[in-house]
Amino acid sequence: MKTFLTTTALIALAMPAMAEIKLGASISATGPAAFLGDPELKTLEMLVEDLNAKGGINGEEVTLIAYDDNGDPNKARTFATRLVEDDEVVAIIGGTTTGTTMSILAVAEDAEIPFISLAGAIDIIDPVKPYTFKTPHTDRMACQKIFEDMQKAGITKIGMISGTDGFGASMQAQCKTVAPDYAIEIVADETYDPKDADMTAQLTKIKGTEGVQAILNPGFGQGPSIVTRNYKQLAIELPFYQSHGVASDGFIELAGTEAAEGVRLPGTALLVAGLLAADDPQKPVVDAYKAMFEEKTGTPVGTFGGYAHDAFLIMTDAITRAGSAEPAAIRDAIEATSGLAGTTGVYTFTPEDHLGLDLTAFRMLEIQGGKWTLVQ
Amino acid sequence: MSELLQFLLSGVTVGAVYALVALGFTIIYNASDVVNFAQGEFVMLGGMITVFTYAAGAPLPLAALVAIVATAALGVAMNKLAIEPARGAPVVSLVIITIGVSIFIRGAAQLVFDKQIHSFPAFSGDDPLRILGATILPQSLWVIGGALAVFVGLWLFFTRTLLGRAVLATSNNRLAAQLVGINTPFVMTLSFALSAGIGALAGVLVTPITMTSYDVGLAFALKGFAAAMLGGMGNPKGALVGGFLLGVLEGLTAGYLSSQYKDAAAFIVILGVLFFLPQGLFGRKSTDRV
Repeated sequence: MKTFLTTTALIALAMPAMAEIKLGASISATGPAAFLGDPELKTLEMLVEDLNAKGGINGEEVTLIAYDDNGDPNKARTFATRLVEDDEVVAIIGGTTTGTTMSILAVAEDAEIPFISLAGAIDIIDPVKPYTFKTPHTDRMACQKIFEDMQKAGITKIGMISGTDGFGASMQAQCKTVAPDYAIEIVADETYDPKDADMTAQLTKIKGTEGVQAILNPGFGQGPSIVTRNYKQLAIELPFYQSHGVASDGFIELAGTEAAEGVRLPGTALLVAGLLAADDPQKPVVDAYKAMFEEKTGTPVGTFGGYAHDAFLIMTDAITRAGSAEPAAIRDAIEATSGLAGTTGVYTFTPEDHLGLDLTAFRMLEIQGGKWTLVQ
Repeated sequence: MSELLQFLLSGVTVGAVYALVALGFTIIYNASDVVNFAQGEFVMLGGMITVFTYAAGAPLPLAALVAIVATAALGVAMNKLAIEPARGAPVVSLVIITIGVSIFIRGAAQLVFDKQIHSFPAFSGDDPLRILGATILPQSLWVIGGALAVFVGLWLFFTRTLLGRAVLATSNNRLAAQLVGINTPFVMTLSFALSAGIGALAGVLVTPITMTSYDVGLAFALKGFAAAMLGGMGNPKGALVGGFLLGVLEGLTAGYLSSQYKDAAAFIVILGVLFFLPQGLFGRKSTDRV
């Protein structure tokens, strides 16, 4: 008992006035979702280092305890439990995929630890759970943004060609749900396997469907690039919409400048950093993140790293405002976040809305001459 | 009419990819009765090595050659390091070893290359050729040509050369083949080198159409395997016909029925064929002498 007291006293003496703030993370830095998780982890590590160099939060140093869950929900659950019980973190960022998010969510809600997810599905925050928030916009919002643009162009009948992977299938379902709100009728609904080599059969069928005025391709990976090439191969003249799943320079490169010409898709401000108006609220944060990430890693910024950036931003902003690193205080402060500009959009959380973004977070982009341009 | 033709051309494009992969299965199967599930990884390596050699500044034909030779060398290494040490094992164990090798190659490729999707320019441009209102990309013709060339090469190899007959003899009865003076370890090494080389060639030809990344191998292997089973495992003619048949079936189902059912339709036909012809369309009848 005496040694214990002495040790405690020694520790108390050795520590600065304030303790460190422990942030936990479970990210899929390897495995099938690695291309999402890899930039997310790099972003978090970079931001923590930068924050501590600037003096931390309210003078306290931030420690990041990050685990790689491999995209496996079981591992994510184990790591979340370890973060809560062994590492005693005050908050968790992570859940690269919807699957891993759902595992972490259960642990975080049980332990009453605030958790900001980096995954897309609307189920994460609908219905609202007290301790769970998320930064990426949902695929439903992407559908709404696309349909808004179609409506402006007077399009009422469209064809859809969707990937059968999780992303494509989920967005296909969401788009079908919200289409009637925009008076849009889906007259052709085709799918392809993400590893298929040729989609001209599906496109020919859609092209031959009576009344089709535009085609939408929700998908991810190489599929949309092949669809885009086939679109050109068949010389289809209809307006062509892609999803935010391929909002990266890599898409233009794979599909080819010529084939990608005129393709429209909803993307984040990060993709068109150079095109933002000088008074855009997101401009300073987007420029700063882009410069820092590209200098540090030598690779171009992407939407996914941006999600992690925003989660960290929301977290540090909340801890600063709360003036305390108690999980309950952090949670309340996150929920009170208002008008915070991130790379994905401007976040305003309420007790009823733990996503905090509206449709303005998406910018309608069009590819022209191999470059992204903003559609006004 | 032009619609039907487009569905057929789409099917032929896809089918040529399947056929090329299926042809790669033939040699190893003929030499050892082993279905090599790492065949898809050879296709992936062919594409990925070409992408990275090309990006490093080598001209495309040289990059392709480097990829084919390097993958063939890897095939030899696979035989020496994974298959030969387990020579006495039953065929099923060897098949499982090839699955292990495929997982290993996929993991290594993820580290050696990267996790991004890549492609390189098509050999003869991207301007589609028009045939009666339907279109096909010049690269598809390269793939079809490649599949036909490999088929003719294999057919000549197995029927006209002593070495090819030695491969078949080794498969039939290894001991007997040894007794008549066939160097069976060499035949095995050769068959892995050739299979890997053909796989890599397939990767080089199809990448401008399908694109490539470290994890495309499995999908190629499964579809190629299905095509080879349909046509008859071990017969180059079967691989060719099986591949094109599978592709055209998928194209027509996607066009006339629904793209949701295209894989299902193809597999139902395969099941049907195998039910009546367990050896596939052109498979050799296996008779065991007792």
